[in-house]
Amino acid sequence: MHMADALISPAVAATMWGATAGITGYSLKRLNFDVEENKLPLMGVMGAFVFAAQMVNFAIPGTGSSGHLGGGLLLAILLGPYAGFLTMATILFIQALFFADGGLLAFGCNVFNLGFYTCFVAYPLYKRMIEKGKGIWSASVIAAVIGLQLGAFSVVVETVLSGKTELPFTTFTLLMQPIHLAIGIVEGIVTAAVVTFIAKARPELVNIHHSHHPKANRVLVALALVALFIGGIVSSFASSNPDGLEWSIAKTAGTEELEASTLIHETAAKWQEKLAPLPDYNFKNASEGGLINIGTSFSGVFGTLLVLFFILTVGTMWKWFKFKRAR
Amino acid sequence: MKKIDQTTFHIRLFDERSKQATAIHRLHPISKLFVTLAYLFVIASFEKYDVFELVPLVFYPMIVTILASLPFRSLSKQMLLALPFIIGIGITQPFFVDGDIALFKQMTISAGWIIFFTLLLKGILTVWATLLLFATTGAEKIGAALIALRIPKPLVLQFLLTYRYLSLLIEEAKRIRNAYSLRAPREKAIRLSIWATVIGQMLLRSFDRAERIYHAMKLRGFTIEQYGMTQQKMNVIDVAYLCSWMVLFTVYRLFPLSTWFEVIQ
Repeated sequence: MHMADALISPAVAATMWGATAGITGYSLKRLNFDVEENKLPLMGVMGAFVFAAQMVNFAIPGTGSSGHLGGGLLLAILLGPYAGFLTMATILFIQALFFADGGLLAFGCNVFNLGFYTCFVAYPLYKRMIEKGKGIWSASVIAAVIGLQLGAFSVVVETVLSGKTELPFTTFTLLMQPIHLAIGIVEGIVTAAVVTFIAKARPELVNIHHSHHPKANRVLVALALVALFIGGIVSSFASSNPDGLEWSIAKTAGTEELEASTLIHETAAKWQEKLAPLPDYNFKNASEGGLINIGTSFSGVFGTLLVLFFILTVGTMWKWFKFKRAR
Repeated sequence: MKKIDQTTFHIRLFDERSKQATAIHRLHPISKLFVTLAYLFVIASFEKYDVFELVPLVFYPMIVTILASLPFRSLSKQMLLALPFIIGIGITQPFFVDGDIALFKQMTISAGWIIFFTLLLKGILTVWATLLLFATTGAEKIGAALIALRIPKPLVLQFLLTYRYLSLLIEEAKRIRNAYSLRAPREKAIRLSIWATVIGQMLLRSFDRAERIYHAMKLRGFTIEQYGMTQQKMNVIDVAYLCSWMVLFTVYRLFPLSTWFEVIQ
């Protein structure tokens, strides 16, 4: 999610540098190194730790792929928001300078997107949830998702305001937010896993008192239920207006759906009509009416389960294929 | 494992390169820092269709690379690793932008592809210039420059400490990864349930290490206020280097390539 120098305009870069400098100054003031001098080597080592931990990938169950820790929320939980923010800023500075990951101009944007939201928005939320008796897993997943969603949205806003690309705001947002929803959930789970371990092994290292430790399965079940709720109930209230792509086609061609012009198109459309079990997200020959459309709700639930089944099948096949090849 | 090896190799290579004794390496870090920032600002100031305006700006990193005796191959490898996001964004442009732009009298090119090439060239040049700053200056000199520029000492110290312990902890990550590979040779990544314990143990060791470092620093009389770094003096060559590039960049920004053709016509 690093902003790059190539995508940014000098005005946006300068503004974000200014914002980051302000937050850095505030964090330094609040941290008071005269009293907490011992935090300095801790922040240095923790910065190096996050960098190194990012090199140790973990397997994402059921997908055949792997991921790594982001670290922003973990730093805030272990060091507090101010030290966490400064440590994150240092990590991003080293990434920008030594690995050209992000860039010096975009440094302000990256610290804001990855440091500010995780340490000053996600972490207070996490803290509040823990204090109210919520478990580490749910608090961590919710906080990480919100932090990453805000960060990803900032990338979109900064890119669009810079005007160095012709990426439409809506399309870019629709591309970035779902990807970072998945990343946020994974980040939340791995952060919770590490915090749970530390809270058990050395509870004095974690600033907040963690009392409940519900299992990860509960969070996964909750997420599955949310997905089914959106697919089953919320889908009935989906707008009947054209979506972004249909709208742009309507603007250029004057119609929302392009007519089949060749024999191949016509044949394919006929077959699709015959084979599609739920055409236009509804039962065949169903009439629309009522607050909640049963056909649309069924389509939503069916679609959610189908996607889940598809992902698990591809993941399992991929793992099986890799295992076979390794033998 | 490949990622750990690449990172370790990159840090060691660039750390060694930064200790060379070429004319560019001897320059004052503040001069190099400001020249790099000015260059990045000039590149960022060009608009999305200005691909040809950017071409003459290749000369700055090229000249510095040659004068600093740096290998193009290692730099280009690192550049490739930093570019996927820009390429990912750039490749979408031909789908969103209609119309063609006339290059010469009988040659046109899709506007979307022009944006793609502009982003790509900008990406290459900005990454190249940033890598050059590190490869010709090194972490400690950059730290000294930041202190000279009145950046708060805790920030600079934290940066230097993180850099100092980076190689050490990456080596530790490598040992962990090696140990896991020996126990589970067919698995590319560590299982999530085991990963949390492994990383948690590494985290606890890092906490203990930080405490030992703090005690060692205190025993040697360390205080943040008294911390200082040997500052290199800025001489005439440093000022001349800074001013000449600044003037060149400003003049080129005011009179870019397109204005040259207007004058010729």
